[in-house]
Amino acid sequence: MLLHHFLDNTRRRIPSKIALVCDGERYTYAEIEARVETLARLLRRRGVQRGDRVALFLDNSVETVAGIYAALRIGAVFVSINSATKQSKLAYLLNDSRASALITHAALRRTWQEALAANVMVHTCIVVGGLPGADAPTGRYLPYPSANEQIEGLGVEPATIDQDLASIIYTSGSTGTPKGVMLTHLNMLSAAHSVRIYLGLQEDDVMICVLPLAFGYALNQLLTTFMVGATFVLERSFAFPVKVLEVMARERVTVFSGVPTIFSLLMNLKGLNEFDLSALRKITNAAAALPEGHIRRLRALFPQATLFSMYGLTECTRVTYLPPEQLDIRPTSVGRGMPNEEVWLVDDSGRRLPYGSTGELVIRGSHVMRGYWEKPDETAKSLKPGPLPGETVLHSGDLFRTDEEGWLYFVARKDDIIKSRGEKVSPREVENAIYSIESVLEAAVVGVPDEVLGQAVKAFLVLKEGQALTEREVIRHCLARLDNYMAPKYVEFVAELPKTDSGKIKKTGLA
Amino acid sequence: MDVVMQDIKTVVREFLFDNFVMAGNVTIADDTLFMEEHILDSTGFLELIAFIEETFEVRIYDQEMVPENLNSLLKIENFVRRKRGDLSQDARG
Repeated sequence: MLLHHFLDNTRRRIPSKIALVCDGERYTYAEIEARVETLARLLRRRGVQRGDRVALFLDNSVETVAGIYAALRIGAVFVSINSATKQSKLAYLLNDSRASALITHAALRRTWQEALAANVMVHTCIVVGGLPGADAPTGRYLPYPSANEQIEGLGVEPATIDQDLASIIYTSGSTGTPKGVMLTHLNMLSAAHSVRIYLGLQEDDVMICVLPLAFGYALNQLLTTFMVGATFVLERSFAFPVKVLEVMARERVTVFSGVPTIFSLLMNLKGLNEFDLSALRKITNAAAALPEGHIRRLRALFPQATLFSMYGLTECTRVTYLPPEQLDIRPTSVGRGMPNEEVWLVDDSGRRLPYGSTGELVIRGSHVMRGYWEKPDETAKSLKPGPLPGETVLHSGDLFRTDEEGWLYFVARKDDIIKSRGEKVSPREVENAIYSIESVLEAAVVGVPDEVLGQAVKAFLVLKEGQALTEREVIRHCLARLDNYMAPKYVEFVAELPKTDSGKIKKTGLA
Repeated sequence: MDVVMQDIKTVVREFLFDNFVMAGNVTIADDTLFMEEHILDSTGFLELIAFIEETFEVRIYDQEMVPENLNSLLKIENFVRRKRGDLSQDARG
């Protein structure tokens, strides 16, 4: 089976069932399938081949969903890029993935136009929302096809197998440049199957997604929804929580998936009880651990729903979940391995540790990525030989401890990656941006605890002699270059930074 | 504060340019939609709300944190004027 076969099957089984609710529109499985087919034909006609990368730079929308499945249908690899990505990073992602096609929105033109100007690989740019006047539908630009547009057939089905790449998802790495996580059809299907089983998802479920479809977490939601024939309610973001709650009440949403930052915003709302959320059955959390206080308040606010504390990483989508009945017994645990997966802890020399230890979490299963796109050195650090010949297992870079029964508790990252708003922030990437300010002599970026963000990004700066700079100027500079969540929330100017004996900046103690 | 009240749009536009708008070629018209045009993201709206509360001395309630009130300069102006109107009536009453 391939990822898109589940959409095909569901469409054959229940064509008139609502598959997607987005921007006030409702789409049946048959309608989604028709849009996928039209777009797939267009991509094929434009010469997109099996294995080519198709970049999606869009807000959450019906076009994003169609783009994902259209790429898969022609055997291509989708690269879903967060719509908040800045121009320089978009240029990097398009170049690094060597994308052949880009599907994007006219409202994002400021960003993609410049990124494309320096790119020769993207031969096709399909624009939702109309082509701006200057870009005639010639050459690389063309408008997104209308729902009923007739485009000649696909011809021969591509010979895709489940070992082929389905997606490349970019994630921050400690080196400061984003890494493309290569996931095959089998990888993503395996994760979707396991999640579907432990969450007990059914056809009558209504899942709401408020996270960008550029995240593994959100993509997994979409895939599992279409797998079981449920309904996917897709929101652009959680910027207006009250609007999301209105939609949840109207659509009788049964599953809400969030990250701690979203739950913080949700719980701070005064008028939460004005919304009828009685249909809600399941709440899931991932990306970062929920503080114990949050867990208590969430359960008090939504007594009708069960709460799943989960842990995952882009490299394999999901790793653990805590069965809800364990929540009272071990509230801070993220549980244990999900179905069809083996996890264990190792010490620094790679030896497997018994229960009751602290070590790096290792993951074995068919959901584990094929490596980082064209980064063999980084791949070798994450994927190491497993128990069977030729097999590799994923070394997560996350330190966990287990209790006597083997339940897992997150301890810390092995590297210095910061988790803010549930997203990985590479201090190196932020420091690189700061160093491009002329007046900066030295910079050290660390994570500091933050009630809403989990961790907030804080920069310590030493300025060159006689130079002046304000906190706001530094933040603005970073916002222009980095994803918003990576920009420092705090900037502190110091006379000097602590150093190691060898003269390297020492971050321990900075806070 | 009266000076500020005279041109709410100018003050908010300045705030957006100071804090969020990075590229040189961006213009924010009175009816530019912040979310759709990617001027602001979720946390950006929270900062905008804090700024409006502080600058125009209004309290924004959860139910008021909706695009109808906050998603463009015009919407913000109308919203703040409405809020300030309510406030002065309260004060008089």
